[in-house]
Amino acid sequence: MRRRDRRLIMIAVGGVTLLAAAGLMLTGLSNRITYFYGPTTLAALATPPAAEIRLGGLVEAGSIVRGEGLVVRFSVTDGAATIPVTYEGTLPDLFGDRQGVVIEGTMQPSGIFVARHVLAKHDETYMPREVVEALRASGDWRGPEPLEDQ
Amino acid sequence: MTVELGHFALVLALFLAALQAGGTWWGLVRGNAALARLAAPAALAQFACIALAFGALLLAFATSDFSVTLVANNSHTDKPLIYKLAATWGNHEGSMVLWVLILAFFGALIAYGAPRLPQDLKLRALAVQGLIGAVFVLFILLTSNPFLREAIAPFQGEGFNPVLQDPALAIHPPLLYIGYVGLSVAFAFAIAALWKGEVDAAWARFVRPWILTAWAALTIGIALGSWWAYYELGWGGWWFWDPVENASLMPWLIATALLHSAVVTERRETMKSWTVFLALAGFAFSLLGTFLVRSGVLTSVHAFANDPARGIFILGILGLTLGGSYALYAWRAPLLKSHAVFAPISRESALLFNNLFLTVSAVTILVGTLYPLVLEMITGDIISVGPPYYNATVLPLMVPLFMAMPFGPLLAWKRGDLPGVARRLMTVTGITVGGLVVGFALLQVRDGLALLGATLGIFIITGAAKDIFDRLQLNRISLRRSWNRVRGLPRSAYGTALAHAGMGILIMGVACAGNLRSDEVAILGPGETVSIAGYDVRLAETGELQGPNYIAEFANFDVFSESRLVRRLQAERRFYPAEGQATTEVGLHATLFGDLYVVLGDRQGDTDRFAVTVAIHPLVRWIWAGALMMCFGGLVSASDGRFRIGAPRPAKKATTKREVEPA
Repeated sequence: MRRRDRRLIMIAVGGVTLLAAAGLMLTGLSNRITYFYGPTTLAALATPPAAEIRLGGLVEAGSIVRGEGLVVRFSVTDGAATIPVTYEGTLPDLFGDRQGVVIEGTMQPSGIFVARHVLAKHDETYMPREVVEALRASGDWRGPEPLEDQ
Repeated sequence: MTVELGHFALVLALFLAALQAGGTWWGLVRGNAALARLAAPAALAQFACIALAFGALLLAFATSDFSVTLVANNSHTDKPLIYKLAATWGNHEGSMVLWVLILAFFGALIAYGAPRLPQDLKLRALAVQGLIGAVFVLFILLTSNPFLREAIAPFQGEGFNPVLQDPALAIHPPLLYIGYVGLSVAFAFAIAALWKGEVDAAWARFVRPWILTAWAALTIGIALGSWWAYYELGWGGWWFWDPVENASLMPWLIATALLHSAVVTERRETMKSWTVFLALAGFAFSLLGTFLVRSGVLTSVHAFANDPARGIFILGILGLTLGGSYALYAWRAPLLKSHAVFAPISRESALLFNNLFLTVSAVTILVGTLYPLVLEMITGDIISVGPPYYNATVLPLMVPLFMAMPFGPLLAWKRGDLPGVARRLMTVTGITVGGLVVGFALLQVRDGLALLGATLGIFIITGAAKDIFDRLQLNRISLRRSWNRVRGLPRSAYGTALAHAGMGILIMGVACAGNLRSDEVAILGPGETVSIAGYDVRLAETGELQGPNYIAEFANFDVFSESRLVRRLQAERRFYPAEGQATTEVGLHATLFGDLYVVLGDRQGDTDRFAVTVAIHPLVRWIWAGALMMCFGGLVSASDGRFRIGAPRPAKKATTKREVEPA
């Protein structure tokens, strides 16, 4: 086998791998990303997305209701709109009134957001950047300017 | 006073680093040998200055000197001393000082720890190191000065994030920095080689231990972070594909590729420009990781106080590094001629295959990490690219790589015999198929990914054992003579086998813990029991306790297996008043084949009943055990005697027979 042929084989193998990887990335990015919504944008949608999304905002003061067993009901607000949420499971340590939260789950046609996972944040001053953006968009942001999302 | 002394020492280090870079460069260009030789003493003096600065900072933290803003913001008198010290690098400013301290230490090591390193290479590498040091010390002084004082010192500090008050996390950043900064040494040597216009076996022999050490430190650093997340964050996750984790995984993948391509460069004097390319990329990825973590452009659970000015500064360093080093590469890399040729089936090709998949994986992760940024800039949509993307892209790329792992070390250099290697792997394949049957039929595992991962893991582990077995000629010569061969094998052979087997163990752990996890959630009062996977977990008692700097609700659990008490566990919910934060301490019953993981949840109203989560994580320990073994393998390889003896002299090299290719 000549040197040029060998080089060709290697370039071909490399090219095929790169193409396969590019294909994987494109399908991955088109199907497997999670969109983030604030309560106002989510409430404004005529038909909520069927796929799993992230919802971020503040836990509305006084909205936490612990029901049967491990089911917890609460509302997430950005001041302008409020979305009711149900969740079954153990909550993160710092969950409470007026805490910033990011919740993964699906929006039901009934208008209730069923949470699969409440993302744990471990710092009482921590505010996810998406939540800050959502709050600022609705004019309910009372934090420092410019944003300091430690 | 010591704080001002530290501040002054850091400023002095800036000038010494600038001298090390500029003076050496000028001396080399102008042929002024005396000026160029200043590089070594400058590197040592720079190290001494930064060590002084870091020492001053440590002292300020140890004595809780709250007149220093950084200490006031990140420490508290109630904290145990070890965490006061760990707080020094638990924040942005202090961690950057640690970063340059390690850089300067490595600089001093290059200057005085490698007597056989050719002078022209050493001086050039030191000049590049000096430049990196100067830029980073400047970055600290301009945007992240740790020595600033408060006008009025507060009586008490603001505390230190309690989830970070943990032994594993105290040493996690220094290990990662040894990795990142070790990659900067490879970068400096790569620039030096481009500057000189020559890469030879000697170059590769001096760079390889650095790469191996950096890689070993990165491996164990990442593993410690994952272990910490597992027991501290309270839901048993050990990898989240968080941007900050990706920021450490990308340099790790590049470093893994680099350590393999450097083998080819050392042994066969080929793939030279590729090795240099990777050495440049490794450091660029380290810088990118630093940028992602420190600039706050991405949302992550890893909190660092962010400041746009820092982000822009680091972006500037990244731009200069990428632009400068790759411009130099484009100009000088054609000088790095490789003469040796190899067949498509050979050890070289196997290592090239490894490099291809590792770098493509790193790029895939890079795309996933940066895509949200780009999309937000273009469309304004805020998205997150999560585990589903990475699982769908990185896993398919890893499978062929893992399948090839046992083949690589058995293939001959230049021209390998694939059917022959396949025959030698017959036993290995047999054991692997046996393992698959055991998993499917005896252990009743029905999860495809878990079976695939476990099978690949067994294949890799037995393949690594087979490599050593064959090298010792265990079944061909007498045991006594095999025993004599044990000491004769190069350490790099053991290192390879250990690291590969470690990877196999890690894969088995990841596949099983990731796919076979089970959990139960229950509301328990004292005396009540929840059952999972043959364990009965009974809540024995609950109460409150007072720790050194926290108060906690706790619950004691009795764990029964077949009605026999096997373990008493305590799970806690802690509250740290100084920081106003709560944490979860899980109860763990760890065994070789899986962990029982007990989390204390919310108290139900005013009763003494609690929500309790119990989970089984099969083979989860294997993840970190495998990583530890990989790290050990890397260090064994790095200690190989031939790296210290140095490279063959040019005279010897000239006699090496080169394959002449028919035109």
